Amino acid sequence: MHIPDGYLSPSTCAVFYAAMIPIWAVAVKKTKETLKAKQVPLLALAAAFSFVIMMFNVPVPDGTTAHAVGGTLAAIVLGPWAACIAVSIALIIQALVFGDGGVWAIGANCFNLAFVLPFLGYAVYRALSAGGKRRVLASMVGSYVGINAAAFCTAVEFGIQPLLFKSPTGAPLYCPYDLSKSIPAMMFAHLTVAGIVEAIITGLVVYYLQKAHQEELFFDAALERR
Amino acid sequence: MPVYRKLWFWIVALIILSPLGLLAQGTAWGEWGSDELKEMLNMVPEGLAKLEETWHALLPDYSLPGFDKTFAQQAVGYIAAAVVGVALIVLVTYLLGRLLARSEK
Repeated sequence: MHIPDGYLSPSTCAVFYAAMIPIWAVAVKKTKETLKAKQVPLLALAAAFSFVIMMFNVPVPDGTTAHAVGGTLAAIVLGPWAACIAVSIALIIQALVFGDGGVWAIGANCFNLAFVLPFLGYAVYRALSAGGKRRVLASMVGSYVGINAAAFCTAVEFGIQPLLFKSPTGAPLYCPYDLSKSIPAMMFAHLTVAGIVEAIITGLVVYYLQKAHQEELFFDAALERR
Repeated sequence: MPVYRKLWFWIVALIILSPLGLLAQGTAWGEWGSDELKEMLNMVPEGLAKLEETWHALLPDYSLPGFDKTFAQQAVGYIAAAVVGVALIVLVTYLLGRLLARSEK
């Protein structure tokens, strides 16, 4: 789900940088309010986990590959704003050092994977977790919804390119696939494969943390104590 | 030992297992290079060809330069890339986290 350089027009990339700058600013402000000093290693852990889990490419039956992201998990532990920072750092290092995702596309990739994904995933988790009684199930549904919403946003960003940006002869200038191709392809990969992997990984880690009686590690538990 | 310190062992385990991610054949949808697009479409969009050259990553595709002949070489490169990536990310996140959390104490 890392959009490479060239698939989005420079103007599209500019729009997403413009969207992400205030989001990052609020994320920094909110994280300052909620992040405790002893949680700093946890923030680093979440970013590292997200990075390394994205290296596990999983085959999709259409001949492509996809991967989990771990963004909802980060949000469940650290809150969605801190998760936004952790996943953004992973994405920026991926783009700069490994060429995974474009540099022009950092804004768009962070919008999809570090903003839409953890926020929606966390919102669904909160709605279903019944005050912490159904965390495992809620985390699985939340992370599944989160990654699929991110895939949908990515598909729309790809798919509007050939409609908006054409050469004088009508040839696509950037992503050559329109919405009728990008949405089914991205949703197939994430509804059937990557979403399931994301849900299982998220559910396993949440189950493990609950088993280990680490209630205080959950962001919503800390919220309720306030 | 707090449970999250134990979670670092899982990161190490995932780094060691990361070459499993190389077994999946094919490119993620929408992440094809212009060579692959040319094969699929017999054309490369003009803007795409230009922009794709913007940035040259140090370790492209999580590989070490020259370590691309056998699967074993690719696996070594992939693990090395995972180590470099995790180290950089932990460093950056830790420093930023310290900066942000400091006011809390």
